[in-house]
Amino acid sequence: MDHEGGAAATAAKARVARAAGEREATRAGGYLGVGALVLALAIACALPFTMSGFRLFQFTQVFTYAIALLGLNILTGYNGQISIGHGAFYAVGAYTTAIMIDKWDIAYGWTIPTAGLICLVVGFLFGRPALRLEGLYLALATFSLALAVPQILKYFEHWTGGSQGIVLSKPKAPFGMRLTEDQWLYFLTLAVTVVLFVLAYNLLRGRTGRAIVAIRDNHIAAEAMGINNSLYKSVVFGVSAAYTGIAGALSALAIAFVAPDSFNIFLSITLLTGIVIGGLATISGAIFGALFIQFVPNWAQDISKAAPWAIFGVFLILCMYVMPNGIAGFLRLVWIRMTRPAVPRGEVR
Amino acid sequence: MEVLIQQVVSGLATGGIYASLALALVMIYQATDVVNFAQGEMAMFSTYLAWSLLHAGVPYWLTFCATLIIAFVGGLLIERVVIRPVENAPILAIVIVSIGLLVILNSVAGWIYSYIQKPFPSPFPSEPIQIGNIVFGAHDLGAIGITLVILSLLFLFFRYTTLGLAMRAAAQNPISSRLCGIRVSWMLALGWGLAATFGAVAGMMVAPIVFLDPNMMGGIQIYAFAAATVGGFTSPPGAVVGGLLVGVTENLVGTYVPFIGTELKLTVALAMIIIVLLVRPSGLFGRTIVGRV
Repeated sequence: MDHEGGAAATAAKARVARAAGEREATRAGGYLGVGALVLALAIACALPFTMSGFRLFQFTQVFTYAIALLGLNILTGYNGQISIGHGAFYAVGAYTTAIMIDKWDIAYGWTIPTAGLICLVVGFLFGRPALRLEGLYLALATFSLALAVPQILKYFEHWTGGSQGIVLSKPKAPFGMRLTEDQWLYFLTLAVTVVLFVLAYNLLRGRTGRAIVAIRDNHIAAEAMGINNSLYKSVVFGVSAAYTGIAGALSALAIAFVAPDSFNIFLSITLLTGIVIGGLATISGAIFGALFIQFVPNWAQDISKAAPWAIFGVFLILCMYVMPNGIAGFLRLVWIRMTRPAVPRGEVR
Repeated sequence: MEVLIQQVVSGLATGGIYASLALALVMIYQATDVVNFAQGEMAMFSTYLAWSLLHAGVPYWLTFCATLIIAFVGGLLIERVVIRPVENAPILAIVIVSIGLLVILNSVAGWIYSYIQKPFPSPFPSEPIQIGNIVFGAHDLGAIGITLVILSLLFLFFRYTTLGLAMRAAAQNPISSRLCGIRVSWMLALGWGLAATFGAVAGMMVAPIVFLDPNMMGGIQIYAFAAATVGGFTSPPGAVVGGLLVGVTENLVGTYVPFIGTELKLTVALAMIIIVLLVRPSGLFGRTIVGRV
């Protein structure tokens, strides 16, 4: 009797100790996360002074992609609405910037929020009918949208310059800063990225974020708990489109050229690949995914023209089999494994 | 009037091709509740295999039959190897895997056969058939004929064979079917095999018109989606009617609505998909799926 009681007490003590250990580990994880973030930002700020030209442009693209991926991830990862057509919103953002600068001579700084706003409205409007489309059908509708985009862009030739596209000039650094055009664009993109990531973090971490995830996990239960499903879903669609549109606007500035054929179905598939490999329903996944979709095709191109896509496809499928939460999920798993306190011997789990 | 009839006829011809691919989509949807985004690319790949055989000097109809068999086995293997692991996963996982399949097939075809367009022969005579003032392309008529033959075979298979019955049962109620001794998982694989076969037919019928290249199915696939949506994803005859309807609509709208012309054809398909999904999501012939809370 006494012996049994003693065993129970030991087990309880061990459990308390383990819980404390886990809290400790989580807190340590938090500190480590903040540390990693500061380090990453420091490296990001130092980059433009260590490399130049094309390399730097590639990193500008990484941040642009990261914004688009975060937008798509809010929609597909967190809210569970599958979109295979986000390239369309990327195109709308890019063309908004290009047309505003080319036709009306508006300062480029204004075009970025405008692109975001227009995409917010377009996304919201597309999200309204999309409400009635469950999973697969939404995927179908967005896939068709992505296939139709280049044709639509070519059709409105007067605005979009047809298949010739629109050539822009790269913006110069303001306030007499001694930065090259590439460096200035890099810092601009970095700043926008940081702001949008903080916004998304705040959006997803609180009550709104829980509602968004609840709709994904069980929309009937979510409705029963008083969440306005249709409003949330269409607003999320709008926000997601706005992020992607801003990314499109920044990429138009960085590349200084827009043309219909760069916004084909494969752009949308690239974005999907990015969130799957980076990690569905994670914020840091957007960065990992962006690094992947920017640099892996570059390396693979040396093997063959077709190789990048074969690699994308293989990674997409493998990811679904072996690491469904992508790189971010994998890293988290490794961290938990490493820091988990050892389970005391003889304890009944 | 003649222009109208002419446009309807050529619409029916392209519609026949959309119908075969739509039929493939519907087959897989019925068997597994999945929309296969790689269907077009599977068809494209089969057509390249057919091209290789023809290039090696194999006669056309022998190639045709061989390709159908290869496509069937290929579809079966793809289901067993690639799709099976995510059979019970959420929809997103399956969609992503089929998109992965799409890009792999597309790039492998480009890798092996290059992105240069290749001509593909038609088994039908090249001189057109004229009835009254209306001209029929022999290839168009042949394509419609082949689609109808396949549909009849499919109907007979599902209606009168035990295997067909087993497949229908497995799709409708997997648990009860398993209790009756039907190997449900294999029925799904069989569904993929059949779908790949129809895809191969569509590929070989469309290649003489649009020329063979790794991206040839992009546009066709959106029409096939439209056809399957219009007809209803749960109804094979619906897919055929949908295919013909989409083909005719595409041609008539292109001819008679001036601001659309040929440049916005894909957008017409997109609009059709969205309108049908909004107004009547189960399509013309599909049954409405009622979810249980």
